[in-house]
Amino acid sequence: MITRRRMLKTASTAGLLLAAQGLLPAWARNVAGAVPASGPRTGPHEFDLTIAETPITIDGRTGSAITLNGGVPGPLMRFKEGETVTIRVHNRLPEDTSIHWHGILLPFQMDGVPGVSFPGIRANSTFTYEYPVKQYGTYWYHSHTRLQEQLGHYGPMIIDPANPDPFAYDREHVIVLSDWMFEDPYRVFAQLKKMSHYYNFQKRTVGDFFEDIATAGLGATLKDRDAWGRMRMDPTDIADITGAVYTYLINGHGPETNWTGLFTPGESVRLRVINASTMSYFNVRLPGLPMTVVQADGQNVEPVEIDEFQIAVAETYDVIVRPESDRAYTLFAESLNRSGYARGTLAPREGMAAPIPPLRPRPLRTMVDMGMDMKDMDMGGMQMKDTAPPGMAGGGHAMPEGGRMDHAGHSSMGGHGAEHGGRVGSMMEEAGPIVARHGPDTHGPGNTTIAHVERNRLAEPGTGLEDVGHRVLVYTDLRSVTPFNQRPAEREIEIHLTGNMDRFMWSFDGKKFSEVKAPIPFRHGERLRLIMVNDTMMEHPIHLHGMFMELENDHGQYIPRKHTVNVKAGERMSLLITADAPGRWAFHCHLLYHMEMGMFRVVEVSPHEGRA
Amino acid sequence: MMILRRCGMLVSGALLITAAAGQASAQQTPDGAPAGWPEPVMDSQIFTFFMAERNEYQIDDDNQFYVWDAQGWIGGDYNKLWLRTEGEYVLDQGKLEAADLEVLYSRTITPFWDAQIGVRSTFEPAQAWDGVVGVQGLAPYFFEVEATAYVNDEALQFTLEGAYDLLVTQRLIAEPRVEVNLSTHDIERRDVVSGFSELEAGVRLRYEIIREVAPYVGFEYVRDEAAEDDKDSLRFVTGLRLWF
Ligand SMILES: [Cu+2]
Repeated sequence: MITRRRMLKTASTAGLLLAAQGLLPAWARNVAGAVPASGPRTGPHEFDLTIAETPITIDGRTGSAITLNGGVPGPLMRFKEGETVTIRVHNRLPEDTSIHWHGILLPFQMDGVPGVSFPGIRANSTFTYEYPVKQYGTYWYHSHTRLQEQLGHYGPMIIDPANPDPFAYDREHVIVLSDWMFEDPYRVFAQLKKMSHYYNFQKRTVGDFFEDIATAGLGATLKDRDAWGRMRMDPTDIADITGAVYTYLINGHGPETNWTGLFTPGESVRLRVINASTMSYFNVRLPGLPMTVVQADGQNVEPVEIDEFQIAVAETYDVIVRPESDRAYTLFAESLNRSGYARGTLAPREGMAAPIPPLRPRPLRTMVDMGMDMKDMDMGGMQMKDTAPPGMAGGGHAMPEGGRMDHAGHSSMGGHGAEHGGRVGSMMEEAGPIVARHGPDTHGPGNTTIAHVERNRLAEPGTGLEDVGHRVLVYTDLRSVTPFNQRPAEREIEIHLTGNMDRFMWSFDGKKFSEVKAPIPFRHGERLRLIMVNDTMMEHPIHLHGMFMELENDHGQYIPRKHTVNVKAGERMSLLITADAPGRWAFHCHLLYHMEMGMFRVVEVSPHEGRA
Repeated sequence: MMILRRCGMLVSGALLITAAAGQASAQQTPDGAPAGWPEPVMDSQIFTFFMAERNEYQIDDDNQFYVWDAQGWIGGDYNKLWLRTEGEYVLDQGKLEAADLEVLYSRTITPFWDAQIGVRSTFEPAQAWDGVVGVQGLAPYFFEVEATAYVNDEALQFTLEGAYDLLVTQRLIAEPRVEVNLSTHDIERRDVVSGFSELEAGVRLRYEIIREVAPYVGFEYVRDEAAEDDKDSLRFVTGLRLWF
């Protein structure tokens, strides 16, 4: 195991503190002109990646990282749709490693998950990945070994399309968001196990209690405290690891360093935004610049103009911005719980900066997140908009009227929206409709709550963005440019996302990986509907390897394909999968510490090589 | 020396039980991966925890005391070996007034509760053994609760302990705590009287410099029915809460 202490020792004995700038590839340097605009790549179809421990500097402070070709993030891997690539990975670590190509369709032996698709890459050995590139888009790659990803083992990947993209742009920048810690992540892992709220310094205090009484009244405040107290849950439980220990990075640079991407006024600039964090969702915006989303998880979508989007861990979004004026724009990526931010700048020239917006007040979990049925609760005259009939399990999902809710500029209800530290009357008037109710199974001691009512939350903008007063991307906005398989599902699988916040246990259906005896079986060629119900009070980015999941968001044959879906608390989500990739694949929560705690499964698509 | 040997025996015995329980619940390779491949995730790790919840100096009108109350565990999600120790040393008399050690096997039975079974070895005021059965966990409204029954051939004793964290700020935390001891019979040599035998109620205000290190001050009211003269004692306390 690579512990911090040992790594630092190695670094000092080596006696080299390399200048971070020199190590970074051109696109990630402090000031980046641009990644060369897309076009036929003439470079090699063979690549060498060397993984090693290297000291790096973040905002002036030096720490030890696991680097790829000397940098964090690793080099931009740029492929061309249709080619076959060979990547030799040289492991210079004193321990096993691996590289998983996130979102890439490939033979499972090349997928890079130790213990699932291959044995891993041993210390001081080389493993050669070779696979045909069958897709286009923005992706990334990362270690699938223990907590290596937290130490910097990740990088971006672009696949230029065989046919031109259906949108134009003059220049592009890759934006890799990540969360960095100087601590030893294995120690952080243990701290969470011993005290799950260790990194939460945004809890409600006695002061918040009195402030809530002043703003919402004594009755409402007591009711609110009573509801949370009975559940033994904390509404400030937004993120397990926070800005208390994280420095949030853009292309390997802390907020102080201010990574800058250049543009010429009037240009269309494509930003390829990748959330390579281990545990951090971000709210991304460029104050003063609307963004047009053109790609999600590497898949082209109908352009949609927005002002802000929430990016779950492991998702990618490509947006186009058109800065007209000769001024700087702050690229602001606020962490979900608002304990910190990553910050960069788009500017016409080097050395410019725009104001940094203040962090907005931290959001709170709501009774909707808890899967509570508002009808069962006396909420002091506050109304919930629950229009859909209950019990619509699987398949047809009712959409809120009009398909998309307008989140911009609506007035908020009493006490909601929260300029103050606490927030009472914790619910959202615009929560999605109830589509099913939870069965009797409470999933055992590894699970603390169940979603009594399961909602379709695809039209909601995500935690903390309900009332921001401008356009926020929602999942119902995502509409594929090309039509896909319309074959109906032959079989349905329902999986519950479960956890015990207090004990920091994470699982599916109440069982962690080591408690299950067999992979989830898929038959090769079958069409499946995967239903996920999130019984926990947190959102989880769920990732399936080897096959895209088609998000049933009511766009018919134009429903979007995703490799990672953000399942909101209390949500029931429906996805279609064509099991066209024989082999053994990982299926897991992409919050690294959740995955390592057992929120992980193997999906086996049979028959496949070596198994009937 | 004898005390140490006895502790050692206790701990190793309970370790065996916990290990056996862990074994029984361990599953076979879940995913049918070829032999020799590593586990894809590290979800069966063993962790250790130790906390000196009370580690303090107390003073009342007559005496000064050093009081400790510590517990810790080693184990996984479902099975743990749990240790608890409590004691009181009268500083101005140089006398160990009370000291005991509990060694328990602890099993996660519900999301918030562990069931515990094991033994208690009491060293002061008299050498004694008890069988221990209890539950420990988080009750609704965030009360940390320990409810324990102690069995020996002289009496059945019960201890109920509850504590609550009240956040003044993110780091300044007031913790009211109550402990009640009951017994079915008198056990004279152990300073236990039947019925309601002892009460401790106090408030401690701690400052978490880091989560693991928190100095505190507070008050504690102690009522001891077995005491000969003054049954009540109001004490000022100051201490250092530590965990790792
Ligand atoms: Cu998760």
